[in-house]
Amino acid sequence: MSDVRLPEPRGPFSAALTDLMRGSESAAPPPPADPYGDDLQLALYVLYELHYLGFAGVPDDLEWDPRLLALRAALEDRFLGALRADVPVEASGTAGQALDALQLEPVGDDGGSLSYFLRDHGTLEQFREYAALRSLYHLKEADPHAWVIPRLRGRAKAAMVAVEFDEFGAGRADQIHARLFADLMTDLDLDTAYGRYVDAAPAEALATVNMMSLFGLHRALRGALVGHFATVEVTSSPASRRLAEALGRMGAGEAAVRFYTEHVEADAVHEQVVRHDVVAGLLADEPSLEADVVFGIRATGLLEDRLAARLLADWRAGRNALRTGRIIPATVGTRP
Amino acid sequence: MPHTPERPRRIRVQRDGPLLVEGPVEVVDENGRITVSHRFVVAVCTCRRTRTPPWCDTSHRRRTKRDETS
Repeated sequence: MSDVRLPEPRGPFSAALTDLMRGSESAAPPPPADPYGDDLQLALYVLYELHYLGFAGVPDDLEWDPRLLALRAALEDRFLGALRADVPVEASGTAGQALDALQLEPVGDDGGSLSYFLRDHGTLEQFREYAALRSLYHLKEADPHAWVIPRLRGRAKAAMVAVEFDEFGAGRADQIHARLFADLMTDLDLDTAYGRYVDAAPAEALATVNMMSLFGLHRALRGALVGHFATVEVTSSPASRRLAEALGRMGAGEAAVRFYTEHVEADAVHEQVVRHDVVAGLLADEPSLEADVVFGIRATGLLEDRLAARLLADWRAGRNALRTGRIIPATVGTRP
Repeated sequence: MPHTPERPRRIRVQRDGPLLVEGPVEVVDENGRITVSHRFVVAVCTCRRTRTPPWCDTSHRRRTKRDETS
């Protein structure tokens, strides 16, 4: 039985959904209109969590409940439809070109980057908020991508599994990247319990994780999942360097810095393997998926930019970025 | 992929990128210092700009102003 607590609903739809999951028989209202809004993103997040660790008080077999799957499909239609509309993929662009574009490193801070902001201006409190929000993904790091494995063949599959093996600690539990992130959270005096900061996460943060689950759970979106994964690996290394520097400047502990320094080096390798073998291997097998790979790359960029804009607007205005208010100040991880 | 007596170790060479070597790898520098990586593939820096020598940290990338498409 899961010990993860169901999050607080954020509107009529997510309220009806959580009631349904607790055993109520009432009908759910129509899906929320705003595809990126709190009510829809929270409802989708809760439905997807049934495929990961589930919730306390919610029967495990609701994962395949036809009523819940029908609700999920309606939410996914809205969300995927909005993503497709917001990142039109022109026929001419190749996956290689889209990934090349990601590799052009900005000369300096262009004002829209979280890692540059945290490195140059961020406070320890802001970094703790960032880590709390990222924990929604990093405490299940690489899990959403594992679903694509049976949908791949040959070169793409072998390479994908090799990268995932690294993400899952290469056979050592204490090296699982999700575990390294929990160690970082401990260093920053955050609560490492799975799902602890879901209520704190704005819709923009939920959307980045929902996109991974959406792409991972649907075989039809395998191209988009691979494009998304490539984007994460290509952009991670330089951003991780800046985040490691940010934590160093803030006087955070060794485990916190280590999570990012590990990613500088690991993702410099993963980027190469994903480009040469996962993306190229998939497209050699299924050339018709090229536009979907590009879609996955662009959709990831869109949702990451939306999240960055939200957090930077709050921080630059001196506001707290979490829905639940300030996290209790750190007592460890700071040095006088 | 592990190398075996029947299958030579593969190294991928790129003009603008690291040398990709099937791991694990030991690199010996000019002073005899040995650095070990146990990754399944190891990216060895060739541009000499890395801050984590001998391994690639993506410092070889071209730097540019972000354009509106990225």
